[in-house]
Amino acid sequence: MPGKLKVKICAGRHLPVMDRASDLTDAFVEVKFSNTTFKTEVYPKSLNPQWNSEWFKFEVDDEDLQDEPLQITVLDHDTYSANDAIGKVYIDIDPLLCSEAATVICGWFPIYDTIHGIRGEINVSVKVDLFNDLNRFRQSSCGVKFFCSTSIPKCYKAVVVHGFVEELVVNEDPEYQWIDRIRTPRASNEARQRLISLMSGELQRKIGLKVLEMGGNAVVGYLQCFDLEGESGLVVRAIGTACTLDKISNTSAAQLPACNSPSKEIKESPPVHPTSHGCRSTHNSPIHTASGSRLTQSFSVSVPTLIYTGMRLLRHRSWGKMCKPPFHEDPNPNTYSSGPSTPLKNQTYSFSPSKSYSRQSSSSDTDLSLTPKTAKSPKGPRISLCPSSPTLSSDFPTLINPFQLHLGSGTTHSLTPPHSGHASPLVLRKSVSFSEDLLLAASGMGSGGSAGKDGGHLKTLLRQQTQSALEQREFPFFTLTSFPLGFLIHAGGVVSARSVKLLDRIHNPAFVGIMGNTRSYKLLDWNSFTADEPETRDAWWEEIRQEIKSHAKALGCHAVVGYSESTSICEEVCILSASGTAAVLNPKFLQDGCLDCYSENRLSRQPTFFSTGSEKGEFDFFLQSKDSSSMLGLEDTSPPSCGFCHIPYDELNMPFPAHLTYCCNCRRQKVPDVLFTTIDLPVEAAVTGRGCLIQARLCRLKKKAQGEANATAISNLLPFMEYELHTQLMNKLKLRGMNALFGLRIQISVGENMLVGLASATGVYLTALPAPGGIQIAGKTPSDIAYEQHISNIQKKINDTVSRNKELYEIHPLEISEEVIGSPIPEPRQRSRLLRSHSESSDEVSELDLSHGKKDAFVLEIDDADAVEDILSLLTDAPLPTGFYSCNTENMPGIHNWTSSIQMFTTVRVFRLNNVNLTNQGLNKSFNDLCENLLKSLYFKLRSMIPCCLCHLNFTVAVPEDELIQVAATAVAMTFDKDQAQEILKSNTAPMKAISENEEQLQFPMELSSDSPSVQTFPPSKGFLENASPQTIQGTSRATSVDYSSFADRCNSWIELIKLKAQTIRRGSIKTTPSLDKASPLAEGHLRLRSTPSCTDSTVTVVKMTPLSFIPGAKIIKYLGIINMFFIRETTSLREEGGVSGFLHTFIAEVFAMVRAHVAALGGNAVISYIMKECVFMENSNKNQAQCLINVSGDAVILIRESEQEGVPIQTHGSTSQTPQSGGAPVS
Amino acid sequence: MDSNEVKMSVELDVFVGNTTIMDEEVYQLWLDGYTVSDAVSIRMKSGILEQFGTTEDVLESDTMDHYRTFQMTERLLHHPSKLVNQVLFQIPPHRQAMLIERYYAFDEAFVREVLGKKLSKGTKKDLDDVSAKTGITLKSCRRQFDNFKRVFKVVEEMKGPLVENVQCNFLLSDKLARDYAAIVFFANSRFETGKKKLQYLTFEDFAFCACQLIQNWTVGAVDNMVEDMDVDLDKEFLQDLKDLKILITDKDMLDQHKSLVCTGLRGKIQVFNEMEGNFKNLSRGLINIAAKLTNTKDVRDFFIDLVEKVIEPCKADRWLISDVRAFLTQYTNSARALDGFKYVQSS
Repeated sequence: MPGKLKVKICAGRHLPVMDRASDLTDAFVEVKFSNTTFKTEVYPKSLNPQWNSEWFKFEVDDEDLQDEPLQITVLDHDTYSANDAIGKVYIDIDPLLCSEAATVICGWFPIYDTIHGIRGEINVSVKVDLFNDLNRFRQSSCGVKFFCSTSIPKCYKAVVVHGFVEELVVNEDPEYQWIDRIRTPRASNEARQRLISLMSGELQRKIGLKVLEMGGNAVVGYLQCFDLEGESGLVVRAIGTACTLDKISNTSAAQLPACNSPSKEIKESPPVHPTSHGCRSTHNSPIHTASGSRLTQSFSVSVPTLIYTGMRLLRHRSWGKMCKPPFHEDPNPNTYSSGPSTPLKNQTYSFSPSKSYSRQSSSSDTDLSLTPKTAKSPKGPRISLCPSSPTLSSDFPTLINPFQLHLGSGTTHSLTPPHSGHASPLVLRKSVSFSEDLLLAASGMGSGGSAGKDGGHLKTLLRQQTQSALEQREFPFFTLTSFPLGFLIHAGGVVSARSVKLLDRIHNPAFVGIMGNTRSYKLLDWNSFTADEPETRDAWWEEIRQEIKSHAKALGCHAVVGYSESTSICEEVCILSASGTAAVLNPKFLQDGCLDCYSENRLSRQPTFFSTGSEKGEFDFFLQSKDSSSMLGLEDTSPPSCGFCHIPYDELNMPFPAHLTYCCNCRRQKVPDVLFTTIDLPVEAAVTGRGCLIQARLCRLKKKAQGEANATAISNLLPFMEYELHTQLMNKLKLRGMNALFGLRIQISVGENMLVGLASATGVYLTALPAPGGIQIAGKTPSDIAYEQHISNIQKKINDTVSRNKELYEIHPLEISEEVIGSPIPEPRQRSRLLRSHSESSDEVSELDLSHGKKDAFVLEIDDADAVEDILSLLTDAPLPTGFYSCNTENMPGIHNWTSSIQMFTTVRVFRLNNVNLTNQGLNKSFNDLCENLLKSLYFKLRSMIPCCLCHLNFTVAVPEDELIQVAATAVAMTFDKDQAQEILKSNTAPMKAISENEEQLQFPMELSSDSPSVQTFPPSKGFLENASPQTIQGTSRATSVDYSSFADRCNSWIELIKLKAQTIRRGSIKTTPSLDKASPLAEGHLRLRSTPSCTDSTVTVVKMTPLSFIPGAKIIKYLGIINMFFIRETTSLREEGGVSGFLHTFIAEVFAMVRAHVAALGGNAVISYIMKECVFMENSNKNQAQCLINVSGDAVILIRESEQEGVPIQTHGSTSQTPQSGGAPVS
Repeated sequence: MDSNEVKMSVELDVFVGNTTIMDEEVYQLWLDGYTVSDAVSIRMKSGILEQFGTTEDVLESDTMDHYRTFQMTERLLHHPSKLVNQVLFQIPPHRQAMLIERYYAFDEAFVREVLGKKLSKGTKKDLDDVSAKTGITLKSCRRQFDNFKRVFKVVEEMKGPLVENVQCNFLLSDKLARDYAAIVFFANSRFETGKKKLQYLTFEDFAFCACQLIQNWTVGAVDNMVEDMDVDLDKEFLQDLKDLKILITDKDMLDQHKSLVCTGLRGKIQVFNEMEGNFKNLSRGLINIAAKLTNTKDVRDFFIDLVEKVIEPCKADRWLISDVRAFLTQYTNSARALDGFKYVQSS
């Protein structure tokens, strides 16, 4: 009963005229919370009523406080008939529940009506008196802070990063067929809005509970999504990263010592009391459906997709494999089993105590598998050491062996008896292996994926039965995309998984009550149907996550960062997607602190608790490796600027064929030739030149089908789409002379007759990675002279483009002395027959030829002129207009001196395809054109901001109807100061400052950030090979098992469309850069960018918005809470409102207005990490109707102008004094 | 391959900025009443495509967005104080001022057609003629007309200084507020400005006159605290003007006046002889105009009378502007010196 909510209604203004006769309105207000309602007096005959009500008091428990929104309804009093509603305001009071966020909500809120839009404003004040409640069994999680931002919020430091939290709630959708039903639009829209508001409140509360259980006090990177599944209901799900955050006080120096002892910090961290550690979410009940039954009832095809391993797409060897999948007309389980079978795999991780590599295997392995949960283990000395002397761990946090970190999961594997009974998922399994093969091959990866795979969803099903309660903690996933310095040690590459599901109403009434702790009375239509849906959905996601996890494992990584999940739904088919970047992390930030571990153990709820186990493993490992590393003299380190590029996997034990070279920066560790990631560019990364947005776009026709046939068709198409998108990305990357992608986001949307794929990423040239080779065009019929001519023309064009791009993006890595280091890994050449690379034309990026001449060009093979054109058109994106840059990440590599002028915008386009005879090619071209046009439009609109960069430019595609494609984007345009010269000047002065600042913020000891990352990658030794990684073996065996003989026709056509070939990179020659000098200015620049520049207009009424987690020139001094709003807007007079465009234009403007008003009422002046997660638009122009649903979220903050002292020299740039909102002034 | 040409039509195309983007050039085209396609072709002629290397589609999409934004803003522009308080569009103050100022700006050609006319539905119906005559689009004419009417309605019954009232309610610049005050003033008194003989006069000229009239001939000019306002001429004052008739009806007075004026101006103006010869006519013209102003009909003809009775005779004799000014000053001062007018001086 711990809360008193107080609400006061002050006044209204700009009300609409409700009484035609008098041209006035008799307004009064109803204030409703939960089941209590208060009313104000009627204020007669005014459009600007002054109610000045008393404080209405609601006494409610904190569970309700979290779940329920405050509902304020403005009505027009009518003596004779029913009162007319003018509109409503929903206020999420969650920010008031956290002591560190807002204390009062007070301000003018737009009165919103789902039919009429905004109708005036109302001035409301809201306060909450919260009583502390330490009830162990409470269901509320007040006080847990939520952040949409995918980096640690600026005025906090991360004490511990606990890890992945997820939750979903399901309900019937009160209104999904809006047009067909006879309904009262206003009532049903409002019911729906309210329901969703309730559900997200509940979801947030539950996530909060999980965070408390983990001992955290905040969720960072909170991503909440709605799945409007139509008939089967409405799913609201969320993922995030649980953290323990500490507010950064001014006396941060005093806190520094604390960073060496995690346990202390846990104590400090606090307003949150980890009430019950061992207790997992109740709804994730371990004993539910037999997996078999679930599988049969919901047809599911799992498509474990690419692992972007950061190497070339195809190698000669893998080319063969790429061809393979199509041959597989009957996906053969043998292929699968010939690969790594489960036991084999287990061995990988548990083969252990080989003396020669004790460091990586023995200690941890035995520890964990034998005694996973006991505090006192056989290896007493070691274990007792770690908890008692946590400082040790922070001394060697970077010595992680990636394999070590798998122990947790390794353990689970071994605990899991070989499961023979999985007969039922036969279909599933078949298709899985099919698509997986395909994909793996397509992405040029060998066995890695599959190796991980077997630990994946097949097993998951089994495991769920025994220990599903543990599963969540078993996902070492992080939704963060940028990290405290030193957190990220290695990035292995992108891992992603997709799965096609049939949305079916679940016919299993046996599971009523699984959601027992949901107070079902609150939700409409809560019934037994929906009650067990979360289980299904949970299981679906669990499968996917397992897959992701095992992919990561295959890359030698123990964690996944930049993790996100999404769905695309069309009728009853749903594609679930998840992706992230496999990574090795510094355990320092991960551990829950030893106290935590112990309490877990004492509770002994979780015999094989993953995190506990792995932590111990890490500790042990550190100790040991400390010894060994000192013995081996490995203590010297590589500069942090390249550490994350170093491969986390062992080069002789690679999960896929990769092209490795020594790091151009430190020259000690191996790096891949190309690196794909979903994260932001680490601040410490050394980059040459600037970055740019790279998009791959693809449309594929699909036959209309129903049910399973449809799902099958889709899942058959998916791998090809992924493959082609990947190819496009790779081509475009090379075309720009770059070697790494950050912020990669691949979206595949399903429509009735097509699939649309869109991949966006920011390409950069990482200094640590080798220079990309050129692109070479190869023809298949070289006999024809005219044809040859044609080919060479194209080649020339491509070469020109490459060199133009290098100019454009200022990629001039060659100033640095070139040096050949090391020799490439022996490359398997056996399959090279398909490639006929022309001898290299001399004009092609000739600098690159300084190598041994062994360089392989990236070869595009084409077999007819059409294909050539096709390739050309796909590759040749319109060049950026002068003065424009674009990226989809938080930071634009190479630009640091932002001014404070920003302009956030949302743009939506819907296209109708008019041609009946659609072909893939035509479709592709159109889709490509429309994306290009959209970009062009943006450039044109924002031309007054030049020089300017469009940041966080991500498109979202949807296929709302048969022939409609919808593309939406929200991004921010930021101007910057052209004068980079000063930048360089500055760089000399600032590095120390930057680092120390960072350190203080993150509480991360400096020596770690500078020394550590390198030690970890030990030099590959031949001996290791003999130690047998089964993965390698399996990989090669798979590669050779490729069968060419039976190309399936269907697949053929795709493949033929773009004959895509192998590629490469120059091996053998590597550019070295004087790493430190090179690195520091950049890294430092980034830091400054975050924490500095100047000048914000402090007018309170102006609310800035940005999808980024910062606003240049301003400093965030307070986070006021999360903004998470869902709106429905409908019209029955579409034409009168300006048609679809007019309707949506108004609606989006209204959404912005409401977000701004809420932020202002919280006392804030900006929204950061703003995102429009959903924009569902439906129209029926015959009936003159349209409806739109929009879901947005972000963090409300208070910004202040950056103080002079901190601004360093950037302050001197004249541009910082610009009016922040002047973006809207095209000069024309 | 035909199939490569998939036709795509844009069903929906929307761009919304957190800070509302408004291109001044497009705004002007919109204000000028051009359709989207006209606006696009005008913009294209300006060379913007080449300048920014973009295509017609882009320009069209951009123009559409702007037009939609302006249409949504228009409702707010009708009550500029609402624009400042509204939440829908985030527009920096200086942009708001620009929007308002431009929205309320009017064309010289248009205002000359409408000045002094009753701002009624009937007049509005005739706007297509005005449009045809002036070459200003009908849409733009309507906007300007509606602006006049809206301002008129708001300040018509308001107390206090007219210019300030306009400025407070419509947040216009000084200059524009003064112009609107003139328009309101003319509309209220229905001064005839459209006659052929008046065509040579610009709006500027009339606005100057209006300003003088407001400052000197209205109730507000005499006493700010009075109930009545700036809009109407001071009836009492007009009544008093009748007393001036003595200057032309009384022969002695007339001669005395003439001799005083001639003494004062001798050698100071080029047209002294013409003046001397024509003094009686001029004086009669002026006094008759003044004496008739109690009559509403004659008020309307005020300007035409001035032109016919005073300005044209002077023009015929090739008076210089300085001559006129000197004459009128001397004329006024001399009259005050006459016995019958002494009390005026003292008051």
